[in-house]
Amino acid sequence: MFDQSRDAPLPALPGVGYKPQHYADIIKDPDPVGWLEIHAENYMGDGGRPIAQLRHLAERFPISVHGVGLSIGSEGDLDPDHLGRLKHLIDWLNPASFSEHLAWSTHDSHFLNDLLPLPYTETTLAKVASHISQVQEALGRQMLLENPSSYLAFAESTYSEPDFLREIVTRTGCRLLLDVNNVFVSATNLKTSPQAYIDAFPVEAVGEIHLGGHDEDKDETGAPLLIDSHGKAIVDPVWALLDYTLARAGPKPLLIEWDNDVPEWGTLADEAKRAARALSGIPA
Amino acid sequence: MSNTTKTIVLASAVATAIAGMATTAHAADEKCYGVSLAGENDCAAGPGTSCAGTSSVDYQGNAWTLVPEGTCASMELPDMADGSARMGSLEALERDIPA
Amino acid sequence: MNVSQEAFRAGILDPDRLAPVGLCNPDGAQATKRFDVYRNNVAVSLSDALEAAFPVIRKLVGDQFFRAMAGVYLRKHPPKSPLMMFYGDAMPQFLRRFGPAQSLPYLPDIAKLELAMRRAYHAADAQTLDPQVLGALAPDALLASRFRLAPAVQVVKSDFPIHAIYLANTVPEAPKPVMQPECALITRAGFDPQIHLIDAAAAKCICALIDGSPLADTLADETLDLGVTLALLLGQSAVTDIY
Repeated sequence: MFDQSRDAPLPALPGVGYKPQHYADIIKDPDPVGWLEIHAENYMGDGGRPIAQLRHLAERFPISVHGVGLSIGSEGDLDPDHLGRLKHLIDWLNPASFSEHLAWSTHDSHFLNDLLPLPYTETTLAKVASHISQVQEALGRQMLLENPSSYLAFAESTYSEPDFLREIVTRTGCRLLLDVNNVFVSATNLKTSPQAYIDAFPVEAVGEIHLGGHDEDKDETGAPLLIDSHGKAIVDPVWALLDYTLARAGPKPLLIEWDNDVPEWGTLADEAKRAARALSGIPA
Repeated sequence: MSNTTKTIVLASAVATAIAGMATTAHAADEKCYGVSLAGENDCAAGPGTSCAGTSSVDYQGNAWTLVPEGTCASMELPDMADGSARMGSLEALERDIPA
Repeated sequence: MNVSQEAFRAGILDPDRLAPVGLCNPDGAQATKRFDVYRNNVAVSLSDALEAAFPVIRKLVGDQFFRAMAGVYLRKHPPKSPLMMFYGDAMPQFLRRFGPAQSLPYLPDIAKLELAMRRAYHAADAQTLDPQVLGALAPDALLASRFRLAPAVQVVKSDFPIHAIYLANTVPEAPKPVMQPECALITRAGFDPQIHLIDAAAAKCICALIDGSPLADTLADETLDLGVTLALLLGQSAVTDIY
């Protein structure tokens, strides 16, 4: 059980996923962006421009480190080398937050570079909880765990995703990163209600919210199949779901994720402005 | 080469090097510039469901029909300037360049 | 039916397999296209990482050939580490054996060059030796001295004109390559790796220095222009210390 709170957590302001092509724009005029998120694995080299940029940005902004390769949902053990690299980064950077995904990407020492799904059962619950405790012990801090985008369901699952996450929080003392776009994508894909998901979600444990764009496709039966591509603007129904979420959860740090077809800074800043408007007027 | 000669040769090489050193100019805030030389990790999904993942082409079977057709066409390497014969792995190149 | 991660992974990398039983559409039917989403994500993201790593190879063989070749590579050599910035290190060996690329025997060495550039980009930062320190050394001390070179410094030797081919595909109006063996030196004075054409003697000398040979040993090769070689190393902030 881990409940060490940070001295300087992420502020309840808009943040953006940092892309190196925006470096000069961000230094010049970051408004309304109040913090930045980086993908841990891109800063695990020994030196050079990526590390120099990060050091410089960290002097000006709270940084959220978002891991995408730890494979917390693995059946097998966590990769000790990768956990060591992560610890090194967290130690020198001392970021405001560290988060990872409820997903797996490594099996039998092969890394598949995607956030792959797991069934929600007693077995996977015990495994994920044990991995999270191991990470929190190694890093000496609380972590946030993010809900995934789902494209299919597991016949063997016995927990709903919100119940699974609530139980993880109870067992490990971790907090949660609520990706509202992922909720919308999964609910559409699995024909459930996104509002019901938010209603069931342990919002008191939420330390950060993600927002991003998705692609639209159809499955072989013609049913809608949304893809979490982070390649375009956030759609109105996701903004509406954000309002619904904030009304329940109160103000939270809000991250705009845009990873494919990355736009000019101005377009990203406009999304951040919309996030700022969503935050204004939410009672603390 | 005697040690004395070596010392002279080396000292003169160092002197030449320091005199002829091109100083590298750095941009004021070099952190801004230059392109990333590496693939990046992210947590986004690929665009759409239709392409790369659902077919693999077996190059040892009959499925592979592609030939390189980028700038390699303009990289056909003529004989060495002095007309000397090609050796070793260079023969492989000669054999494979279309006549 | 429980779906093991072994079965999931095997299905991801082999499009001829059916999706593992136990993965469902919302109506409970066996998933097909929905599993393809994950197949696609894996293949596209790994292919994109290879494209970012080997821009010159891609330009040489063309987009279509490269993407198809990436599909073969990623199934034969799935990543062993989560760091996409280093994915693709088996590309030289792969290209040596990859049938459809045999008409371009210089490709493996170009891949080596691109890997070296990328390693240089991410290499540890290093302090530069003030050249005056070298100039101030007593003659005997100079003979016995060894260099410590920056972690970014690497040499790639080839039977092919790799420097010229690299330039012709990265610099507008660069001259057409002429068939000759070439060696390349990679340095990183600031944050951007630089590639330099060096002769065989300089390549041998720099490799010896990287391995810790004293300066005196490099003098045995009479074809070496040590002044030019040292000027290049010092000018590119490649020397971090003498010992």
